[in-house]
Amino acid sequence: MSVVPAEVLPGSALPVDEAPTAAELGPRARLLPALCAVYRAQLSRARVARIPLLFVATFQSIGIMVLMRGVVDGGGEARAVVAGSAVLVVAFVALNLLAQYFGQLRADGGLDHYATLPVPPASVVLGAAAAYASFTVPGTVVTAVVGCVLFQLPLAHLWVLAAVIPVAGAALAGLGAALGLLAPRPELATLLGQLGMSAALLLGVLPPDRLPEVVRFARDLLPSTYGVEAFALTFDEHPDWAVVLADLGVCAAVGVASLAVATWAYRRAAVR
Amino acid sequence: MRDPVGSFLVSTRNAPTAFRPRGDVVCLVRELTKVYPAVRGRRGAPDSPAVRATDGVGLEIRRGEIFGLLGPNGAGKSTLVRQLTGLMRPDSGSVEILGHDVVRHPERAARILAYLGQESSALDELTVSLAAETTGRLRGLEARHARAERDAVLEELGLTAIAGRPIKKLSGGQRRLACFAAALVGERPLLVLDEPTTGMDPIARRAVWSAVDRRRAEQGTTVLLVTHNVIEAETVLDRVAVLDRGRVIACDTPAGLKERVAGEVRVELVWRDRPPLDVPEVAVLRSRAVESGRRWTLRLGPEEARAAVGAVTGGDAFAALDDFTLATPTLEDVYLALGGDAQGLVKA
Repeated sequence: MSVVPAEVLPGSALPVDEAPTAAELGPRARLLPALCAVYRAQLSRARVARIPLLFVATFQSIGIMVLMRGVVDGGGEARAVVAGSAVLVVAFVALNLLAQYFGQLRADGGLDHYATLPVPPASVVLGAAAAYASFTVPGTVVTAVVGCVLFQLPLAHLWVLAAVIPVAGAALAGLGAALGLLAPRPELATLLGQLGMSAALLLGVLPPDRLPEVVRFARDLLPSTYGVEAFALTFDEHPDWAVVLADLGVCAAVGVASLAVATWAYRRAAVR
Repeated sequence: MRDPVGSFLVSTRNAPTAFRPRGDVVCLVRELTKVYPAVRGRRGAPDSPAVRATDGVGLEIRRGEIFGLLGPNGAGKSTLVRQLTGLMRPDSGSVEILGHDVVRHPERAARILAYLGQESSALDELTVSLAAETTGRLRGLEARHARAERDAVLEELGLTAIAGRPIKKLSGGQRRLACFAAALVGERPLLVLDEPTTGMDPIARRAVWSAVDRRRAEQGTTVLLVTHNVIEAETVLDRVAVLDRGRVIACDTPAGLKERVAGEVRVELVWRDRPPLDVPEVAVLRSRAVESGRRWTLRLGPEEARAAVGAVTGGDAFAALDDFTLATPTLEDVYLALGGDAQGLVKA
């Protein structure tokens, strides 16, 4: 037994008097710089992986508008179609693709990378959401312009997209991130993302007057609806800016709430 | 003086936890247990019973050492590491890293250690350069500082030439090296590396180990290395904990572990077609051999080994023999001697 030192035998005393003073911790990444770093990294992914999908998102919306041209007869319905199609690009990218991204990241252990860095959860979620919302800018603008030309709508107030994209982007990206992070399996995240997008398509693009009561109620629950309505209102020659602001306000509030839920979901997914 | 394998089996369960600290202790693990609950089978899928992924593990990792966790896939290495890095909550037990209770404050782990996991999907679509820089920024470095460290690390690892390429488009070994680079940006006193050299060529491996050695010499960096590669374990580790089914079945220096089977010789026989069992000496050897295909692996005393080699290199047996080797024991032999199931360990 000589290879076994006495102190390792069962029953020997444990070193109880060791109370080492804790070492100094490394710095914590601050919210804004970390958010910017995540945003920049996520944005750069677009070059590698996202561009084909952005084309798909845009063509899908333009295709829908072309189809709807034979159905709607100008006026309020045309405005709803153009506004809905433009916001649909946001739903496709921010909701659907972000849900898939986070679902995948969570399933294959990619979240471990962020979870072992001293970065605030909000930075990761907001950075990714902001990047995905940014991906939608070209597609949304192109869709809106093409739509205005197709349905002979005024281009004068298209600048309102500068407000619509961020608030609708926040609401839908938050929802997408939360779905992706909460779904127990990546396929489910994909499914939920697709369903969310389909909802945005049906409830956003189809003119509300033609929808049954129940569906109209569902439409009111979907955050993107308020972005669509705000945008549609601005095709008026003299838009009611108070209503536009109120709609955007609802969208922004939902955005804050859904991003908060997504941040909570990230925290929950990071430590299992 | 030398003792058969049995005696240290008695003590190793307790050895790591009861070890008296010598030098600074960086990471102290006691009675760490994690059980994956049983899952009831659904629609024809069989039930899977509860698994004790870590089973009363105790470890003590000292400053500046390269400490290894060795075991085949499924031995519980990664589960253990996830608990040490704050990624997974243990059911019971304690983890203390540099005086911080990581079980109670898992978020502190990120400020003490750098972790290189097996998955790189978070970095895959970034360029090598941006992956390193972003990781540094998220480790709390100022932008300028992060860029400077990024450049230094990429240069050190020989990645400067491919800094602008997306990690996804690199070969497996280069991808691993790029992720290792990201792990090094933003200095940490403890590096936790989960199979860092998988798929790497010898040059990349050398870059990894010299980067580790430099940080050890200059900053006293401690390394916790997960590996299933016995050759790597023997060459780079200062001490190694051998894991089997969630338990530490031995913990010592590689030399110390090999000492335990030093009285033995590893004999490997490869038969051309099938073993000549009609030769009585061969028939006797069979009962002691671990067979895998045409290869027999035997651990024998020096005298027995000599006799066995004599038997198989003469007469009928030799005609059936394709190849044979005699070797001093490796950590794989230690693993077998400790009762582990060494299938899944890699020698490369």
